[in-house]
Amino acid sequence: MNSKTQNKMAIGALYGIAGFVVLILLALLGYILISGTPQLSWHFLTAPAKAFLKGGGVGVQLFNSFYLLFLAMLISFPIALGAAIYLYEYAKNNWLTTTIRTAIEILSSLPSVVVGLFGFLFFVVKLRLGFSILSGAFALTFFNLPLLTRSIEDSLRTISETQREGGLALGLSRWETVTKVILPAAVPSILTGVILSAGRVFGEAAALIYTAGQSAPALNFMDWNPFNISSPLNPMRPAETLAVHIWKINSEGIMPDAKAISSGSSAVLVLAILIFNFAARYLGKRLYKRLTSA
Amino acid sequence: MSEEILTTQDLHLYYGDKEALKGINLDFTEKGITALIGPSGCGKSTYLRTLNRMNDLIPNVTITGTIKFKDQDLYSPSADTVQIRKEIGMVFQQPNPFPFSIYDNVIYGLRIAGEKDKEKLDAVVEKSLRQAAVWDEVKDHLHESALALSGGQQQRVCIARVLAVSPEIILLDEPTSALDPVSSSQIEATLLNLRHDYTIIIVTHNLQQASRIADRTAFFMNGELVEVDQTKNIFMNPAKKQTEDYISGRFG
Repeated sequence: MNSKTQNKMAIGALYGIAGFVVLILLALLGYILISGTPQLSWHFLTAPAKAFLKGGGVGVQLFNSFYLLFLAMLISFPIALGAAIYLYEYAKNNWLTTTIRTAIEILSSLPSVVVGLFGFLFFVVKLRLGFSILSGAFALTFFNLPLLTRSIEDSLRTISETQREGGLALGLSRWETVTKVILPAAVPSILTGVILSAGRVFGEAAALIYTAGQSAPALNFMDWNPFNISSPLNPMRPAETLAVHIWKINSEGIMPDAKAISSGSSAVLVLAILIFNFAARYLGKRLYKRLTSA
Repeated sequence: MSEEILTTQDLHLYYGDKEALKGINLDFTEKGITALIGPSGCGKSTYLRTLNRMNDLIPNVTITGTIKFKDQDLYSPSADTVQIRKEIGMVFQQPNPFPFSIYDNVIYGLRIAGEKDKEKLDAVVEKSLRQAAVWDEVKDHLHESALALSGGQQQRVCIARVLAVSPEIILLDEPTSALDPVSSSQIEATLLNLRHDYTIIIVTHNLQQASRIADRTAFFMNGELVEVDQTKNIFMNPAKKQTEDYISGRFG
């Protein structure tokens, strides 16, 4: 067999594999959207869930998902940013940083159910936070931190070394170079990483089942005092998210329209994550343009 | 002869165990252009980067000997690298404008130093860009991205950026080797304009460039300073055989 035919066969095989992957993806997306979108309505997106009757919505779960995501990001982003800056801009390559990197790597491959059980034992039981948004947000921080740190570190790596030299040679301190030259240049790519990791966090269920809980008490959307138990902003209330809701309906849902609600919720989840992804690309490009031409 | 502004004595530099600079003694007087020439790997860029402590960024580098800038020891433990680099600026081989507007690039050093007076900043931008001979080309789009400029324009904006923090010495590490001939000659013209006001030290691979612009030329080989003299002596009447061989293209 000559090298030309070999090449053709290789290309054919690669096309086949790539096509297969795309096909699976399209089939999954298609199935979820086709069976889910007919359930979508304003009522479905805003009404509270019903345990035994038809016609429940996912309004509370949807809100919980976003609120939890927001809190988790609020906690994990500054830590991840600091860790990434330290690791990439300051730390020397030695056994300590190698150990930290390995630890991050391992933490990022931890099954999320393990993170959830750890969160249950530590935050829910030991720290007595109970099944609450706060416990969930902490658990998600553990889940999210390694991935976010890695992604921010990668963003910093894309900024050319000549930029750092340029800053330092101008008489900027290391800190000034990082905050005034490197970070602004890296913002679009950092933002993309944040939004993509937000997508992952948004769809996370296992880490939340034992931390944020599986109940979604009705909320009073007129009450924005975070200390009231029925206020949406109260971080100490249990909060079932959309992803947990899907899991729960499918394992123990007893409402008559469980199947429809599950399909609808799945479609909402997938659509939200698709929106995150497209938003990430769009905002990243926009921001890069804006930042680079002042 | 004017006063010596920068002196190096018995300067050794090691990358790990490898000795890259083997005892350099070289002084620079105020103003004018000194070119550092020599074959690749001879240590000329390494030497240049010791002069504003840019080699600090590379791990496993050991430096011995003394470098004095106006009687201040650059490598004393109390030396302030940030201050040193304000007074000894540097332009690199690859133009490295920040991904901001031309205006922001030029005033970056000053703005971070806390200067807020808009009129003063405007004046500095214009003065620096004029000095770097790029004002006429960019004055109508100061607020557009510096990345949209050509390589030669970017390099001159980088020179303006260094000028804006008003250093005394400007180090240039092969500033034209990534540029086309037209841009290179514009940079050379820029440097010739600046030689009356600044002490300029330039590393170059281009011997013609050295002969065109430098007042003094130093020839490096294998980590040693072979010879330093007035440029015309180096090119017309070198004292050392090695220099003559290099100049006449017998190696390197």
